[in-house]
Amino acid sequence: MPYFPLANILTEPVGAAHYVVVGAILFTCGVLCMATKRNALGILMGIELVLNGANLNFIAFGSRYLRNDANTLGLDGQLVALFVIVLAAAEAAVALAIVLNFYNNHDSIDVDRADQLHG
Amino acid sequence: MEGIYWPSVFFLLFGGIACAFAVAVLFSKNIVRMAFYLVISLAATAGLFFLAGADFVGAMQLMIYVGGTLVLLVFGVMLTSQERFVEMKSDAGDWVIGIFAGGALLVVLIWAAFSIPAWQGMDAAEANAVAVKKTVTPIAMGLLGFRVDAPDRSGYFFPFEIVSVHLLVVLVGAAYLARAKRKTTSANLATGD
Repeated sequence: MPYFPLANILTEPVGAAHYVVVGAILFTCGVLCMATKRNALGILMGIELVLNGANLNFIAFGSRYLRNDANTLGLDGQLVALFVIVLAAAEAAVALAIVLNFYNNHDSIDVDRADQLHG
Repeated sequence: MEGIYWPSVFFLLFGGIACAFAVAVLFSKNIVRMAFYLVISLAATAGLFFLAGADFVGAMQLMIYVGGTLVLLVFGVMLTSQERFVEMKSDAGDWVIGIFAGGALLVVLIWAAFSIPAWQGMDAAEANAVAVKKTVTPIAMGLLGFRVDAPDRSGYFFPFEIVSVHLLVVLVGAAYLARAKRKTTSANLATGD
């Protein structure tokens, strides 16, 4: 029997698959942000979106409400999500420092102009 | 209104907001608006965490991510928002290739998510029967190395220590990288300051 994910979404509990879809949309938006933005801060925002999509998957696979078998990650998913949040904060701080340094040195924030290491 | 399963309604609400504003971040040209859309998207993600039963992680998402990391990003935007950098356009060719590759990736991911039977959720009666467990104490004990929720799984004391030192190093490094450069001229070289 084919499965229609949105057929009875208002009357039935959602599953991990629905969370994975939201995570996939966040991930894809983040990857496209990183690929197409020319502003260095736009690229940073893309990274934040990607990390959040990954976090959503960890939470979904760790939740006891979303899977119809007992094989959830349990609390491991939430613990790893916490580490991801902390590492994202650290990454944002360092990346912002690099961006500000680049801005001070080049008077620009366009990543296309960061080509000094171009051989 | 009978038969409506309200957690699913709230999932649709929060998930829709998160996805819509993530797409808005992608398609917005203005960096200030992108930052604002990102705040809303990440706050809606915190709502999804609450819905999945991860109350502590949802609160941390609001506090650290929305309250800390994004404020940092907004400061970056304000420090660099000269007129010519507020709106930067990308090439149309980049957009075409990007949308094509991203759409293909999205289709594969969604198809894979819905092709696994165990991920498709349970019945309403089954979901209502799941006992609510608080997560704060088990998470705190897990970070200290004691798993009170699942004694056969390992604790997270060592990663916790590593990430603490990592944060310290990152703070020192960020402060070092972003410090104001003092112009070194022969005059103040001679006087020593």
